Amino acid sequence: MTTTTTRAAKKAVPESRYVPEDGLLLDVEDLHVEFHTADGIAKAINGVSFQLRQGETLAILGESGSGKSVTAQAIMGILDMPPAVIPEGKIRYCGQDLLTMDPEVRRKTRGPEISMIFQDALSSLNPVFPVGWQIAEMFRQHRELNKSDAMNEAVRLMERVQIPAARERVKAYPHQFSGGMRQRIMIAMAIALDPAVLIADEPTTALDVTVQAQIMALLEELQEERKMGLILITHDLGVVADVADRIAVMYAGRLVETADILPLYASPAHPYTRGLLESIPRLDQKGQTLAAIGGLPPNLMRIPQGCAFNPRCRMAQDICRQDRPELREIVSGRFSACHFAEEVIDA
Amino acid sequence: MPEVILEAKDLVKHYPIKTGIMRRTTGHVKAVDGVSFELHKGETLGIVGESGCGKSTLGRLIMRLEEPTAGEVVFEGLEMQKASTGDMRKLRRDIQIVFQDPYTSLNPRMTVGDIIGEPFEIHSEVVPKGGRRQRVQELLDLVGLNPEHINRYPHQFSGGQRQRIGIARGIALNPKVLVCDEPVSALDVSVQAQVVNLMEKLQDELGLAYIFIAHDLSVVRHISDRVGVMYLGKMAELGTEDEVYEHPTHPYTQALLSAVPVPDPTLRGKREQIVLVGDVPSPANPPKGCRFHTRCWKAQEKCKVEEPQLIDRPDGQGAHRSACHFAELRTIVETVDVTQVEPDDRFAGTDVRDPSDAEAAADVPAPESVNEHVAQDRNLPGDATTMVQNDEGAPDRREI
Amino acid sequence: MTEPATEAIAQQQSTGSLDARGDVGDARSLWSDAWRAMRRNPMFWISATMIAVFILMSVFPQLFTSTDPARAILERSREKPSSEAWFGRNIQGYDIYARCIYGARASILVGLLTTISVVLVGGAVGVFAGYKGGWVDSLLSRIGDVFFAIPLLLGAIIVLVSLPRSTNYWFIILKVVLALTVLGWPSIARLMRSSVIQVKPNDYVQAARALGASPWRVIRSHILPNALAPVIVVSTINLGGYIAAEATLSFLGIGLQSPAISWGIDISSAIVGLRTTPHMLLFPSLFLSLAVLAFILLGDVVRDALDPKNR
Repeated sequence: MTTTTTRAAKKAVPESRYVPEDGLLLDVEDLHVEFHTADGIAKAINGVSFQLRQGETLAILGESGSGKSVTAQAIMGILDMPPAVIPEGKIRYCGQDLLTMDPEVRRKTRGPEISMIFQDALSSLNPVFPVGWQIAEMFRQHRELNKSDAMNEAVRLMERVQIPAARERVKAYPHQFSGGMRQRIMIAMAIALDPAVLIADEPTTALDVTVQAQIMALLEELQEERKMGLILITHDLGVVADVADRIAVMYAGRLVETADILPLYASPAHPYTRGLLESIPRLDQKGQTLAAIGGLPPNLMRIPQGCAFNPRCRMAQDICRQDRPELREIVSGRFSACHFAEEVIDA
Repeated sequence: MPEVILEAKDLVKHYPIKTGIMRRTTGHVKAVDGVSFELHKGETLGIVGESGCGKSTLGRLIMRLEEPTAGEVVFEGLEMQKASTGDMRKLRRDIQIVFQDPYTSLNPRMTVGDIIGEPFEIHSEVVPKGGRRQRVQELLDLVGLNPEHINRYPHQFSGGQRQRIGIARGIALNPKVLVCDEPVSALDVSVQAQVVNLMEKLQDELGLAYIFIAHDLSVVRHISDRVGVMYLGKMAELGTEDEVYEHPTHPYTQALLSAVPVPDPTLRGKREQIVLVGDVPSPANPPKGCRFHTRCWKAQEKCKVEEPQLIDRPDGQGAHRSACHFAELRTIVETVDVTQVEPDDRFAGTDVRDPSDAEAAADVPAPESVNEHVAQDRNLPGDATTMVQNDEGAPDRREI
Repeated sequence: MTEPATEAIAQQQSTGSLDARGDVGDARSLWSDAWRAMRRNPMFWISATMIAVFILMSVFPQLFTSTDPARAILERSREKPSSEAWFGRNIQGYDIYARCIYGARASILVGLLTTISVVLVGGAVGVFAGYKGGWVDSLLSRIGDVFFAIPLLLGAIIVLVSLPRSTNYWFIILKVVLALTVLGWPSIARLMRSSVIQVKPNDYVQAARALGASPWRVIRSHILPNALAPVIVVSTINLGGYIAAEATLSFLGIGLQSPAISWGIDISSAIVGLRTTPHMLLFPSLFLSLAVLAFILLGDVVRDALDPKNR
């Protein structure tokens, strides 16, 4: 037992990794992503900037088509290019720009440095190999462990993510596990090489609510233990409220609001965030009147002029239809991309 | 209390498991295993449960899309399973269904007019031929869509709009009961609220009774008058919204409620979380006695042997139906009554129209080629071959 | 709610009321979308033109040549291409160009008729098996497997030999069609069956059942239109295959026989001069290959149009 803990502790921050003193792991600056298709150019991300520090949980919140998953894929470097094109922007990991990095070097960062969990564990695991083998393969490739050591590590990891009877089930295939257990296996694979940054793309959306709670608890625990920077991509305001330190709200490929979790829920500074919060039914309220944000998110091929949210915004004025509001600091630590952010925040 | 319009009596649905080349039946998946409830006129009965609990099968049994292994559904005194073909035809007008997936619930090769008009084709006595088109347009208007879009095809609409079309088809024949199988689970939060509001409005105007099947406990609380909680093919608890959410007595209900995330970070760490151990057992081989005993922290010897009945048990305030030998109130959710609170209409509204649709005849969904890339791993309906794939990730899409 | 699902929905939702395009608001059925996509594809025009020419050839061969293909000028046997006989003359002294033109009729007839009957028989069996399921499906599928197991040529030879002999052109054509149908229906039946099984569980089919629609109505307006696309694609490609099969049978002497005119017969009779007079072989073979190619190309184009993912 003691040996495993020291080993784990030693690995928690590998010596080779240089983390800047301020703990800044990831610095995304003015990221743009476009999809060039036969029908035109879809602007999926239009200038997104954010930072992630060691031990921090940043939630990227957005509805479908907001660009939140594309952001994650751009950071991971798993976008299909083409059709995707990154015309502008920087993604710095510990000071180094991933986008200008040699592809071979960058590939090697996936796993030991930045790692990702997907929503659909079943399609993310290879159905023809036992799960233990798949986890062990990570160690054999990146750490050059021999077969039996790698397998032992796999078992240890499976135990760590609380898979019961891990040693017996190490040879089982993905389809023999339940949805929750598969997600645990995915998590085991993602943290196998002690990444500094973990991106979780809707990790619990496909799961039942009781299992969802278990998985979120596990993720939180692992993040605490390994001091990972965690990016949680989700559409679920409830899940975010439970785990995130900071939130970035995305709409039509831009951040419309970023803030620490408490102030954001207490007084949103963007009409979109505000509308979202009012449109979700709450378990702890009765007699609630649901208010809906009318309309639909814009077509990414024809994003409205001015503020992208203006056709759905009840506060929209002429200025909103002409000038696009930049993300600006409203109060210390709180950013909003709305011309009337001050009024919204006080409302 | 208003009169009972539909009653399920001890419904059972077992699916045979066939193995080997001889296709011998080697067991049964007990999807629904003895479920009884009643539905009153004009009310909403919510059915919640996790995937595999049998709630979707229950909906299909009520629709008589499948024949139950045992038990019966009684609609206005008429036993559906014994109904003659003629009676059944008439019955179909009174019970209709809305499906979960707006992408597979509308025939991609038919126009919206044909889809909503199909009920009138089948039940040609309801509206004379000449008046059908107008009736379809009225229905489109009723569900908040632009009546001029009658000749469009489903893929020209968004998910939320398609769900409205599905609802229009469901209410076309003026049914008394509408079974809604996860009608909003596939929709985005902001669109979900629009559809929920529309459903509430339609209920008020048309006096419909809903059976609202969903896995989202918050949505069910919002829309339901009474709620049934299902676990592994059985009803664990059944009561009014207040009873189930504020006075839950079944441990499963309590665990379920405690697991639902609440969008309020100030409650972080303050809410009691009951973490259930293990997974839901297979419905092919459910535990003996109480189905929940393998995961229950209160389980005793008795629970492993004797199956608890769904009967009235005290809940600290009154009594409601619960299937637990040791039913006991445990308050999980501190409820705030916000009936009087008006939503802040500066940011969101309660209008059920679909503004994007109503104001402009100018909406074209992004071409499929774009969707392909942005929506990485979802097959979009485009033709027969891609159409038929369903999303595997969705919980409870098609349980057996 | 699942993210991929919702992402997709959002894309669909991304309609935006600020749409600037003018052609909005009109109804675009999936068929018309496919047609539009097809028209944009140059391969469609190439293959469609080729097919149109072949069909014209088979209906009005006189349009292409005024030479009688049955006029044998034996003394000019094996003559090389010249301004008088563009493709030269074959061993009997027939004009090869005229023979190529007139030979199209047999090929196109066999191709079209076989495709029609295979789609009707196979389609009906497939829909029935897929819709009914259970033992009906098992029985029909096994019967299909039996036919599927017979090699095409061998089976066709058996069928053709066992049918009464005749020199009537139409009778022989129909015999060949029958032989190819007997052996060809299972592939379409299989395809149709799996397609129906995929479409059947869709909610719109369930919704129609819930409305009390009759099985016939469900099949006609919900299942068939949505299950048809793969069958159309494969049938188009198969059509080319049947043309080749007809030529093969005629080549072997069990399909059409002289004095009927078919590319297969001409290829067969040209074999003798393979080294000395290759033009006798070249031109009928070229026509045959082009005809087969045209249908296979069209099938590809249709598939691309019906399946937006391949675009």
